[in-house]
Amino acid sequence: MGKRWTNRIALGVLWLCGLTTVVVLGAVIVYVFIRGIGQITPEFIFTAPHGVNAEGGIGPTIVATIYVTGLAMLIVTPIAVLAAVYLAEYAVQGRLVNTIRFAADTLASVPSIVMGLFGFALFYEVMGLGFSVLSGALALSFLMLPIVMRATEEAIRAVPRFIRWGSYGLGASKWQTVSKIVLPSAMPRILTGLILAMGRAVGETAVVIFTMGQAIYTPISPLDPGRSMTVHLYTLAMEGINMDAAYGTALLLMVMILLFNVSARWLAARNRRLKG
Amino acid sequence: MTEPEQTGRGRVNGGLKMMSRATYIREALLKNLFLLCAIVAVAAVALIFVFTTARGWEVVKDPGLAAFLGGTEWSSTLGRFGILPLVVGTLAITLGSLVLGAPLAIGTAVFLSEIASPRMRSIVRPAVEMLAGVPSVVYGFFGLVILRPIAAELTGGMGFGTLTASVILAVMIVPTIATLTEDALGSVPPGIREASYAMGATTWQTIYKVLLPAAKIGIIDATILGMGRAIGETMAVVMVAGNAPQFFKGLGAPIATLTSQIVIDMSYATGTHKTALFGLAIILFLISMGLVALVRALSRLNAKKA
Repeated sequence: MGKRWTNRIALGVLWLCGLTTVVVLGAVIVYVFIRGIGQITPEFIFTAPHGVNAEGGIGPTIVATIYVTGLAMLIVTPIAVLAAVYLAEYAVQGRLVNTIRFAADTLASVPSIVMGLFGFALFYEVMGLGFSVLSGALALSFLMLPIVMRATEEAIRAVPRFIRWGSYGLGASKWQTVSKIVLPSAMPRILTGLILAMGRAVGETAVVIFTMGQAIYTPISPLDPGRSMTVHLYTLAMEGINMDAAYGTALLLMVMILLFNVSARWLAARNRRLKG
Repeated sequence: MTEPEQTGRGRVNGGLKMMSRATYIREALLKNLFLLCAIVAVAAVALIFVFTTARGWEVVKDPGLAAFLGGTEWSSTLGRFGILPLVVGTLAITLGSLVLGAPLAIGTAVFLSEIASPRMRSIVRPAVEMLAGVPSVVYGFFGLVILRPIAAELTGGMGFGTLTASVILAVMIVPTIATLTEDALGSVPPGIREASYAMGATTWQTIYKVLLPAAKIGIIDATILGMGRAIGETMAVVMVAGNAPQFFKGLGAPIATLTSQIVIDMSYATGTHKTALFGLAIILFLISMGLVALVRALSRLNAKKA
């Protein structure tokens, strides 16, 4: 067998690998879509589940999911963005920066179930916040912190140096340069990172199940409990009580995640077009 | 990258002479505020470690460190909390997912970086990124309703177990490994490729003999992080593994992992049982931190060599 044939076969296998990933994603999306689309009615989206088989809608779980994600976002964004500003603009390479990066990497790879247990121990047991949206949001913010930090740091580093020089040349201080020049230029990419982190939070299960609880309840105050869409899907699927509603919930979850992904992608593309 | 003279102390001090005292103080305060925010990341890791350890360290007293780490039985009704069956379960599923997922992911990365036309790339790369965004419960659900019946057909059991869990996890670790491998391939200097092609090598020969060896450390890093993802993955595994804390009895037999046992038991655990669950969390935390440290050590080694 000549090298040409080996080459052809090998390239064929690599093509197959690339296509397999697309096919797997397509299969998951199409399957969930076909089985779930029949479920999606205004009633399903807006009313609460009732009865032993959780008939009716999943309204409260949608509210709880958006509530806990939004609150986590509010908690994590200022800290993560300012931390990234420090790492990208102020930090001097050294032991401290190494420790911070190691911590962020570790935080990014801690299994979500560990974060869930930790959240339970700290926010439920020690701080007495109970199963609540606030506990869930605090625990989720630990999960989102490294994601937002990394995205923001990369966004800041991608801002061309000469823009900063222009600002310094005009006599601006460091903070003026960062706040008026660097952060606005990095904003689209920071937003992309925030949106992707929100996607992670919406899809998270193990963290919220032990911090926000499993009670089906429409949370109003941050101290109210709630059940996220993911926890609802998990419960329905494991108990096998209402598979139709499970398909509907899975479809809505996928739609939300896809929307987050597409809008992040659109934002990034628009940013490239404006610059290029 | 910002160059050192811009971020270094010398330049800042030099520049600040021109400022009013108020500006100087404000700048210094802000800098320290940002530093504080960055330290939150360190504090977060410390908090997680301290609280899981505080709740779990008593496993060394009851059931005792030897019985916990070396015990061959996990049974809450008998009060035995030995983690070996769970460790074996985690190992079996992780190994299975790496065997299936790593070649697929590395192949996809090579395809993206070396073969695909820009048009193909614009389809495959978003697909890989979106695979990373699919929630783990949705993967678990998909595995439960689609893969489980197929696995039941193949293995003759219920379909819950190592096979189903490995296939689902393989898909879940593809984005991690593929993205990082593509980065590693992208940082191989183009000159090396051109030299190989100029010698008359085919695309495959260039990939196999030049690019993969050059990106070796990066690919190992990617695989280690994918492994970390597989070890830590929880909900998808709970939904398809069958959750029986027994030793590996074949691809089709139910099994439990370190993560899945926590989810299953947490709803009713009390006393020693709950302490043991936090003990599992400590072990998972140490594994993930160890893997990150390993990856960083490897990268440093790589940077030194280059």
